[in-house]
Amino acid sequence: MARQPAVNTLGLTKDDYQGRPTTLCPGCGHNSISNQIVQTAFDLGLPQHKILKMSGIGCSSKSPAYFLGRSHGFNALHGRMPSVVTGALMANHELKVIAVSGDGDTGSIGMGQFKHAIRRNVPFVYIIENNGVYGLTKGQFSATAEEGLDLKYYGKNTFHPIDLALEAIISGATFVARSFSGDKNQVQALMEAAIHHRGIAVLDIISPCVTFNNAPDSHKSFPYGSKNQIPLHEIQVLSPDYVQAQQEITIDEYAEGEMIEVQMHDGTYVRLKKLDKGHDPRSKAQAITILEEAQRENLFITGLIYYEEPRPTLPDTENLVPQALATLPGDKLRPSREALRDVMAKF
Amino acid sequence: MCALHAPTQSLDVTVQEPIVNDFAFSVATKNGSGSQTSNNVLVRTLFDMGIPVNGKNLFPSNIKGLPTWYTIRASKYGYTARRATTEIVVAYNDSTLADDIADLPAGGVCIIRDDIARYAPQRSDIFVYEVPVKQIMKTADVPREFSSRVENMTYVGAVAQLFDIPLDMIYAALLKNFNNKKKPADMNMQVVQLAYDHFRNHVEKRDPYHFAKMNGTAGKILITGNEAGGLGAIFGGVNVVSWYPITPSTSLIDAVNDYRYLRQDPDTGESTLAIVQAEDELAAAGMIVGAGFAGARAMTATSGPGISLMAEFTGLAYFAEIPCVIWDITRMGPSTGLPTRTSQGDILFTHFLGHGDTRQYVLLPASPEEAFEFGWRSFDLAEQLQAPIFVLSDLDLGMNNWMSEPFEYPDQPMQRGKVLDAEALRAFISQHGKWGRYLDVDGDGITYRTLPGTDHPMAAYFARGTGHDEMAVYSERSDVWVQNMERLQRKFETGRSLMPKPIVDKAPEAKIGIISFGTNDPAIHEARDWLAAQGLKTSYLRIRALPLTQEVKDFVFDYDRIYVVENNYDGQLNQIMRIEYPQNMSHVRSLALGDGLPMTAKWIIDNVLEQEGNL
Repeated sequence: MARQPAVNTLGLTKDDYQGRPTTLCPGCGHNSISNQIVQTAFDLGLPQHKILKMSGIGCSSKSPAYFLGRSHGFNALHGRMPSVVTGALMANHELKVIAVSGDGDTGSIGMGQFKHAIRRNVPFVYIIENNGVYGLTKGQFSATAEEGLDLKYYGKNTFHPIDLALEAIISGATFVARSFSGDKNQVQALMEAAIHHRGIAVLDIISPCVTFNNAPDSHKSFPYGSKNQIPLHEIQVLSPDYVQAQQEITIDEYAEGEMIEVQMHDGTYVRLKKLDKGHDPRSKAQAITILEEAQRENLFITGLIYYEEPRPTLPDTENLVPQALATLPGDKLRPSREALRDVMAKF
Repeated sequence: MCALHAPTQSLDVTVQEPIVNDFAFSVATKNGSGSQTSNNVLVRTLFDMGIPVNGKNLFPSNIKGLPTWYTIRASKYGYTARRATTEIVVAYNDSTLADDIADLPAGGVCIIRDDIARYAPQRSDIFVYEVPVKQIMKTADVPREFSSRVENMTYVGAVAQLFDIPLDMIYAALLKNFNNKKKPADMNMQVVQLAYDHFRNHVEKRDPYHFAKMNGTAGKILITGNEAGGLGAIFGGVNVVSWYPITPSTSLIDAVNDYRYLRQDPDTGESTLAIVQAEDELAAAGMIVGAGFAGARAMTATSGPGISLMAEFTGLAYFAEIPCVIWDITRMGPSTGLPTRTSQGDILFTHFLGHGDTRQYVLLPASPEEAFEFGWRSFDLAEQLQAPIFVLSDLDLGMNNWMSEPFEYPDQPMQRGKVLDAEALRAFISQHGKWGRYLDVDGDGITYRTLPGTDHPMAAYFARGTGHDEMAVYSERSDVWVQNMERLQRKFETGRSLMPKPIVDKAPEAKIGIISFGTNDPAIHEARDWLAAQGLKTSYLRIRALPLTQEVKDFVFDYDRIYVVENNYDGQLNQIMRIEYPQNMSHVRSLALGDGLPMTAKWIIDNVLEQEGNL
């Protein structure tokens, strides 16, 4: 008899979290990220009907079709995913939104919406699958491509790149991470932490385009990333119960300053064990400094770059009723006949 | 309204016997000088006196300093269309003085600030009254910082004394204007009283114009279309409003904000309505599309430039079949155009908004009552048709005060359209074997949708603008594409039957039909009365929605001649009719104006007569 597949707390198998077969290129970094989303949702036992998958336009934005097949999704317009997410979350703030964008979708056409969603602290996971090129239109530079990058049809990139993690921090994002799609464990840990975050969580994941930008010296290629990635820390995401039970051991295990624990709004802990580069993601100054240094020195740093105690999210500041607006019955939405009569009397 | 009372004043004839409740005046001031309060108070007082009245603001795109005019028309016959000329001008702006006085008909009246009177062109055929503004303000006990804003009350006092407006009614209107705050009302009233006293004691009235109480406004209200539309949205259960400020739509969102309290828990302040000011109109459209997709009643309000920016999103919403409501308070021209002038120039663009094959559903309100009704009904239609619904108002309706019947409470419970919750989805699947987002089981082109959050393993679907089959799965197959377009066409025909029907007024034995929409309505009523008095009978059909309903087609082919009256340069409704009815349209003529101003009866009369004379 075949071995029974593992099931999660909801009694679902990992297969139940899959989407449709991918149509992206074999080996595309984005597929790896889709897999990590499936794995994370399965591991956490997330109910798929409470998840909303959103995207803009581009290779990356196609990918929500390829994970969480039991979640509603919306492949919207190029660069405009953030506004669609904002509206959807106003309609139903109980939804958990996992949104996928790309470097063209976010860094060029969608820069405005990216920054304004951050400004409003719309609470969702904003994944940027960042490969430095436009794939569907066949290999133009994106705004995140490094200066001097040489591409087959378009020659040498003469412009300075935009660092989307830096842009996110400057705009006021409360959770900003950078990762590499080749580092499955880190992607998964950051994904899990982002899902627990209350507020906007920006994950800038370098996700190589194997077709148009994968030369070994390109900063967003697999060979380059695998060789040059500098993780800032080891990341563990721990449930509140787990931390309490293990507290004494974990504190003894590391010398002071070697480990940072960040407690998230829902009680989850993100534990960061410092590696060779010291970085405290709770300091905005350090976060900006390390990103600037990375850009100047061409260092591919990854990890949780910035984290801030949750600020009020947009649904909080709108002071909405507890029930999702989309599920309110008509009699809760239409004021009474008397109310109209009273208003008319004022004119 | 009596058809025999032809509006003699549109011919600009001076009459020497007393003229009561049948004239117009124009107030020329500088923008930002506080004249809006004075003008609102005058209109409100006349309305409270029972005199049918309108007030139209012709203002510049400017915060302070440029010329602005406010025209008030009183008509005992109930005509509320704009008049091209006014018998009376309040001349408080030196920079427009020459034209303001030159435009007066013989026998007209000029009420002028005394400190600019020496610049006025001399005319012997008009009555001139000087208002000693500085002298009055010197006597008034008004703090210096308010002085310049309150001095426009001097013409209110002058007008009240010259034309017999009771002061207690002015005071009541002032109180209403200041939300019953006595202090500002008293301060303004003091200036009104001083001017009134000056005129009573020192000025001899020589002109024939008078106001007198009558019973022409009983039971009516005075309101702007934007307030009506915003209130309608509140009663339509709007959940999500996203918008970007743009004249002349802003006051519609302001109204939603003003009445948000009706949708709040009085204790906690918690609301069933979110209002988000977006970073631009693209984002505003994106937010309402996202909200509509997730099951909320969502709307935005904008004007032409915003509509342009919303083209991609509303095209997506049409194709992905997502309900949302978009108000276009139309203003004049492309780009910035004439941003503070009215127009009906977006009807063609909006109807076809979106690339590819798109035909949007459009509502066309002509009055505050309709703005209110379409304010709530648009959400029912959007959810029934699972599509964007555009409400095309304009600056004239949106920002000017209109007399209106009090609004009627929605006559039907909310129509939420074909939405399957988990239980209904189970029933659907057991009946049909499967559910697909775009599977048309009823044959009306409208399919069943599920909302994010529905707890059923088969409830999810992936919405997209790319080609998709009945199961909402990506497809680039030509046959799948065409099949979907055929279903959308079926839906469009269903929509035709759901949209509000036109208002038709048939005159017996009329050979001529007038077709129009929106705010031309008062001018058309007046023009028809005048033409009928001259023996030229006309029938009238006012379109209230696109797509055109069957009644329009019947009307078009019932008459020897059809005039399509609209306030845009290209005759856009006429073009839409020619697309819908390509056959035998030689009897249909376009009367299109598009000068940035609300239409007048005189323009319609002149053009119909000219065309009829040239047959």
